[in-house]
Formats: sequence, C-alpha cells, structure tokens
Amino acid sequence: MANYLLKRLIMMVPLLLGITIITFAVVHLTPGEPVEMQVAMNPRVTAEARERLRKFYGLDQPLHVQYLKWVGRLAKLDFGRSFAPDGRPVVDKIKERIPVTLSINIIALLLEFGLAIPIGVVAAIRRDTPLDKGMTVFVFLGFSIPTFWLALLLMYLFGVKLGWLPISGLHSFGSGGFGFLRQLCDMAWHLILPLSVATFGSLAAVSRYMRSSMLEVVSQDYITTARAKGLSERTVILKHALRNALLPVVTLLGFSVPGLIGGSVIMETIFSIPGMGQLAYGGVMARDYPLVMGILVIGAGLTLVGNLLSDILYAFADPRIRLGKG
Amino acid sequence: MSFRETYMYSVFWRRFRKNRFALIGGAIIVTLFILSSLAPHLTPYEPDSLDLYHVLTPPSSAHWFGTDDLGRDVLTRIIYGARVSLKVGFIAVGIAMVIGTVIGLVAGYYSGWVDSVLMRFVDIMICFPSFLLILAVITMREPSIWNIMVIIGLTSWMGVARLVRAEVLSIRERDYIMAARAIGASDPRIIFRHVFPNAMSPVLVSATLGVAGAILTESALSFLGIGVPPPTPSWGNILTSGKEYLEFAWWLTLFPGLAITVTVLSYYLVGEGVRDALDPRLNR
Repeated sequence: MANYLLKRLIMMVPLLLGITIITFAVVHLTPGEPVEMQVAMNPRVTAEARERLRKFYGLDQPLHVQYLKWVGRLAKLDFGRSFAPDGRPVVDKIKERIPVTLSINIIALLLEFGLAIPIGVVAAIRRDTPLDKGMTVFVFLGFSIPTFWLALLLMYLFGVKLGWLPISGLHSFGSGGFGFLRQLCDMAWHLILPLSVATFGSLAAVSRYMRSSMLEVVSQDYITTARAKGLSERTVILKHALRNALLPVVTLLGFSVPGLIGGSVIMETIFSIPGMGQLAYGGVMARDYPLVMGILVIGAGLTLVGNLLSDILYAFADPRIRLGKG
Repeated sequence: MSFRETYMYSVFWRRFRKNRFALIGGAIIVTLFILSSLAPHLTPYEPDSLDLYHVLTPPSSAHWFGTDDLGRDVLTRIIYGARVSLKVGFIAVGIAMVIGTVIGLVAGYYSGWVDSVLMRFVDIMICFPSFLLILAVITMREPSIWNIMVIIGLTSWMGVARLVRAEVLSIRERDYIMAARAIGASDPRIIFRHVFPNAMSPVLVSATLGVAGAILTESALSFLGIGVPPPTPSWGNILTSGKEYLEFAWWLTLFPGLAITVTVLSYYLVGEGVRDALDPRLNR
C-alpha cells in the first residue's frame, strides 16, 4: 500500500507541472493584455505610462521568464496580486471563498451519491420494468434540463409566487444576531433551492454507472452460487452484489470535481452565493489574469487530489488494484 | 457492403428498434432537423423583424409561443435558433472527435513513450474544470459563434481519446493487423484503413452525448452573457433575454428552455440506445 501511495504521489508532480503550463499558455497566448484593459478606459494614458504598467506586472519579459517566475512563486503558494482595484493577494481572495463552495459541493456530492446509488441499484434489480424505465428518464431529464433555467423557474415559483423560500444569498437580512443553531437553520433554508437544482442535475452519471455496475456483478457466477445455496434475495443483493458493485462507483468521486466547479460558477451567479464560482466569474469578466490563473490551477489541482483520493479508496477496498502493476 | 457488415447492421438495428425511448428521441431529432431546414417556409415571420406594436404578447393563434420584448415571434426565433444551437453542437463535437480520434489512434497504435506522453496530456487536460476554461478563453477573445464552437471542441476531446486508445489497444493485437503488417502496409495505412473503422463504434455514442453537452454549454454561456451574440437567435440567448421579463412574460423563458431540454434529452436517449445496441455483453 505504501508503495502504491508513493508511486501515485510521484506521478502527481509532472501532472501538476502540466497544469501550470496549460494554464499559463491559455492566459498568455490569447490576444489582448490586461494592461490594454486598464488603459483602454482612459484615453489620457501615454505610451510611457503603459510601459510602466507592463513593467510593473512583468509583462515586458519574455514568456518563458514570466512562466518560470510565476511557477517559482506558485511553489511558495504565492499566486500574485489581483488586478482588481483593491490589489489584494489572490490567495487571500480564494481562501475566503473556498469554504463556502467546498462545503456546498460536499453536501451536494453526499446528496448526489446518496440518491443516485439507490436509484441505480433499484433500476438494475428491476431491470426493464416500468420502474427502471421511469427512473432512467427521470435522471436523464435532470441531466438535460439547463440548470440555470430550472433554477430560474423554481426561484420564480417558490420564491416570488409562493414566497416560501429565499432566492439569493446564504443568510437572511439581520441574521448576524441569531444564535449559532438558528444561523445554521437559516443557511440550510437558503440552500434548499440551490442544492435541489444541483442534485437533480447530477443524478444521471452516478445512477447510470451504478446500474450497469450492478448488472455486471449480478451476472457473475458467485451471485448464482449465493442464490443456489439458498440465501435470501435480500442478502444476495445487499451483501454480495452491492459491495462489489459499489467499488468502481467510488472512482466517479474524483471525476466529478471539474463539473462541480463549473457548476458552481452558474449556481453561485444565479443564487448570489459568495463562493469561488462567483469569484471566478467576476475575475474572468474583469480579465483579472492572476486571479483566473490561480483559480484554474487550484481547480485542476483539486481534481487531481480528488482523483488521488478516490483511487486510494479504491485500492484500499480492492487488493487487486494495489497489487497489480497499475 | 460485405456480408459481415450487413449482418452487424441488422443486429444493431434490431436491438436499437426495441428501445422505444431511443426511437422517440431519434424521431424528435429528425423532426427538429426538418423543421430547422424548412424554417423560412414554415413561419410567416422573420426571426429578427421587429413589431413594436406587439411587444411581449402572450401566446395566441397569431403567435403560438408569444412575442418577445421587441415584438419578435418567439416560435420563429426558436426554429431559427435550432439551426444555430445544432450547428454549435455538431461543429464543436466534430472538432472534439477529430482531435480525440487522432490522439487516441496514435497513442494506442504506437504505445511506448508516444502513448505515455499523449495520455499524460489527456490526464492533465481532463483535470481542468472545462467550463471555467471555456469561460476564460472566450472572454479574453470575443464571444463569436465561431470561437464558441472551436473552444468547446478544444476542451471536450479527452474522453474520446481515451475510448479510442482503449479500443485500438485490443484491435492492434488482432490477426488482420498482423496480416496487414506482414504484407508491408505502411503505418498510416494500417491506422486509417484497418484500425480506425473498427475503433469507431464507441466514438459514435460519445459523439451523440457530446452534441447534447455542447448545446447545454452554449446555453449556459449565453446565460452568463457570453454565448452566441444577439441578434443571431440561439436557444441560449432567447432564454437569457427572457430572464428579465419572467414575472409578466413567462412564455419567453419557458419555451426556449423546453426546446433545449427536449432536444438534449433526445440526444441522450439515442446515445444510450446506441450504446446498448452495440454492447456485446447484452448478447448473452
């Protein structure tokens, strides 16, 4: 196990480097410079001042020098200063936004897996029945509905028309004075809409995967054996089949990270949730290069960590993986 | 068509036909193609002719889906928008398929260090939250329909590359490849004449799903204000323009959203149907 872990950790280094190269290339090889953006607003800026700005941001140096300097600073977790007027370090900006996004996404993941796994199992057991077909269409419907559209409709129905649920932010006005428990409930109340939309939209991948994994396991010989020796169907499914079928589903955890980050941009924009998605959207719109680069690197890095975690979980549960040459 | 091919198609078709959802989805897609290609003959309105006397009128016999804030017929714009949204979907997926197939073929066929380098590149690209990447690149350039298609394509080929590579790895070891090599066929010839056609079936499924994904991505970009720029109608930007009028003109938001949902759902159901019909494990 220790060997496997070490191998996986070493593998991460070139991948991380690759992530920084792609991020740098994406931002620096597209035309238009951040300075242009700041200068274009002001016709009185002279060529001299423009040069000074370029020098200030280090944009006058050759690309590889800029890249090496940037990576060198990244290694010390210094993502540079935001181009926004406040000029704060990018790390601070991201740090204060990450907890919100991370906790919302973790809850969303728990809901997603908690609902999708039973759906997949039941669909597999009741294969080709109306129940299976109904659930198939249901999860695909969630996948097909544009999340922002569903969010808008629900906000209109439950927020505006019925007035049952809050439609933006995380806290009620003046909730600062509430006790801890009441603040928590207030937040949960604000999260009902965003979480339902996010969960409904993401059921398909996991439940379909669970269904096919289950179907594959159920056709194995050891399941036939278990049935043949007279175990109840309940024991066969829950003890013998489900445990084995769950394993590959774990790997989906890591893969779902990029989608969650992309989804956060839309959800946080619609529901005005002050998280990383909103920060990223604002940064992209303002061409805040250091911020955008920081978020891209951290987002891709989180995916790498997610993949590592799910692979470790997998290897931990299934000795065939860690003993194989993988 | 050889006997083997004819047989495979008939097996495929027999299985696909049994899947009612996939058939319905297929019928919807075909209808959509017919509607959007006949657009000018179907509707008496122009997609961008203004009618300021009939602004935000609810659905009626004259305007089945109502009119928008500039008095344009919503149904007409949705039909014309289908052209744009489908074009975005197909071209973006086409780009992704070409890149993914070439990388997958080369990596799988040559293996060794070529394979390692290419697959690590795939691993790296797959880590990025592609929506954020698309967002960043499009705002730094400009949100033209062309840029959107290219960038969605450039960020969504990785799955295809992995699929094709896996397929090639098993095809490479077959006797007919050995035979081709023995009679002195060149690598490119073997790859494109013998490996490629046999590695394509999983790509078909992911292409179908990819079109659906690209349509959704375009609409999400439009929602954030950087999709296909108006006045060209796309489902995304029709929907987005309706967002401010949701309270008193629900039809402006409802219909384009339904169009997206139904179309994307149809593609998914067809994709699933194709996947099941191609799956040899279901033969048993």
